[in-house]
Amino acid sequence: MQPFIEFDGVDHGYGAEGPLAVQDLHVSIGEGEFAAVVGPSGCGKSTFMKLTTGLQFPRAGTITVAGERVTKPVRMAGMAFQAPNLLPWRTTIENILLPLEIVPPHRQQFRAKKKEYRERAEALLERVGLKGAGDKHPWELSGGMQMRAALCRALIHQPKLLMLDEPFGALDAFTREELWCVIRDLHAETGVTVILVTHDLREAVFLADRVFAMSARPGRILAERRIELERPRDLELTYTAEFQSLVHELREHIVTARK
Amino acid sequence: MNRQSLFLRISPIASLIIVLALWELTVIVFNIPGYLLPKPSTIFAAIVEYWPAILRESTYTLVTTMVGFGLAVVFGLALGLLVGYSATIYAGLYPLMVAFNAIPKVAVVPILVLWFGIGAVPAALTAFLISFFPIVVNVATGLATIESELEDVLKALGASKLDIMRKVGIPRALPYFFGSLKIAITLAFVGSVLSESVASNHGIGKFMMMAQAQFQVPLIFAGLFVLGFMGIAMYLVMAWIEKRMTGWAHRSGFSN
Repeated sequence: MQPFIEFDGVDHGYGAEGPLAVQDLHVSIGEGEFAAVVGPSGCGKSTFMKLTTGLQFPRAGTITVAGERVTKPVRMAGMAFQAPNLLPWRTTIENILLPLEIVPPHRQQFRAKKKEYRERAEALLERVGLKGAGDKHPWELSGGMQMRAALCRALIHQPKLLMLDEPFGALDAFTREELWCVIRDLHAETGVTVILVTHDLREAVFLADRVFAMSARPGRILAERRIELERPRDLELTYTAEFQSLVHELREHIVTARK
Repeated sequence: MNRQSLFLRISPIASLIIVLALWELTVIVFNIPGYLLPKPSTIFAAIVEYWPAILRESTYTLVTTMVGFGLAVVFGLALGLLVGYSATIYAGLYPLMVAFNAIPKVAVVPILVLWFGIGAVPAALTAFLISFFPIVVNVATGLATIESELEDVLKALGASKLDIMRKVGIPRALPYFFGSLKIAITLAFVGSVLSESVASNHGIGKFMMMAQAQFQVPLIFAGLFVLGFMGIAMYLVMAWIEKRMTGWAHRSGFSN
């Protein structure tokens, strides 16, 4: 089967002569798979994101997404970052609808189907536990609530690919675990392919089907670990010995990478 | 209304009264002659006495200023969007604009008079020239400071540069734009009065020049008072517009 995302010998650095940020990446991710990328800070995780979504193009090697070589922004990725980046002049629901004003075919139908789209957004809000918060402005929401709204924005156009760049880094531990469950369930329900960039190993092991550990700059894939833990996974799982040993094993790789 | 907000309301008026009272007292105590520094009470008497002329000339100045200011808003906004949109245009135009802004506008007035004759046209144009720069800079700054991650989110959806401008850049630049209007309006008065005092038969600038020629010192100060009043009034109008249009950007409770 053709993988959904494939990196073949990818090198990339910024500027024409700048040092390499990532080197010799070989990655293939299947459709519907949940992949996590972990590594020390500055290991080129964000570069990996930009390459996948077509915001940057590799110096060497090829990247294929959904059977097509990436030569322009992929147009189907939903993205969420550590900062929610909601627009303060829009209400939460208007923020969530933003991608539909941009992605075809929705942008052409946006006026005509506004009601339907709003209902879709309301349903997503309810899904992430923000029911009734749609008419508030983002600054009236807490950090965790803003992150939930940012997730809705990343999902509203029903993307085939969801890219998460340390989305829970700024949240407290309890909110973070709650959001893990939200992501877990959304992935299970929609079958979206997810790439999660994180430095939280527990997060990676809990959520992902496969974890890639990257080295320090220039980032290379040091290890690829399939997580065979049965789904659906419960938060209790994170306290089991099996889980701990997986986290430990990944940690070894990262520690070696930092030396 | 609680005590604090009551104080907040009366404090601008109270400070004005205190300054005027100190001024009046200083002139009396030190026996300063009226042709050097007239008392505020004398100045107000002069305003009342010459009210019809003052009203006519200041209206003239106000209209001239607003025409120049209006031009500055249109051109400043357009140029700001252009400069903020493209790094190339920014690099090309910025040195020119800075150089132009550095030229004292009083040096430009004779040229304007040469082209358009004396009167309202050079005054409005001077007001325009002096007040459009802050608008350009502010609008361009607003556009240039879009969060790069947000730009990535939109680009990954296939948004064009124009989409990003429309959905994010322009709304984001609006508080900067409306903020700059408060600076621009006061500068516009500087420009029009400057031009009027050099080359015009009308306006409050000309009025003050005539008062000076006739050594009517209280009338000169009367002109200053009227200008100050118009400046505050238009500033308040701009501040009100700013608050109405971009209330979302003024949600901090910091100064309360």
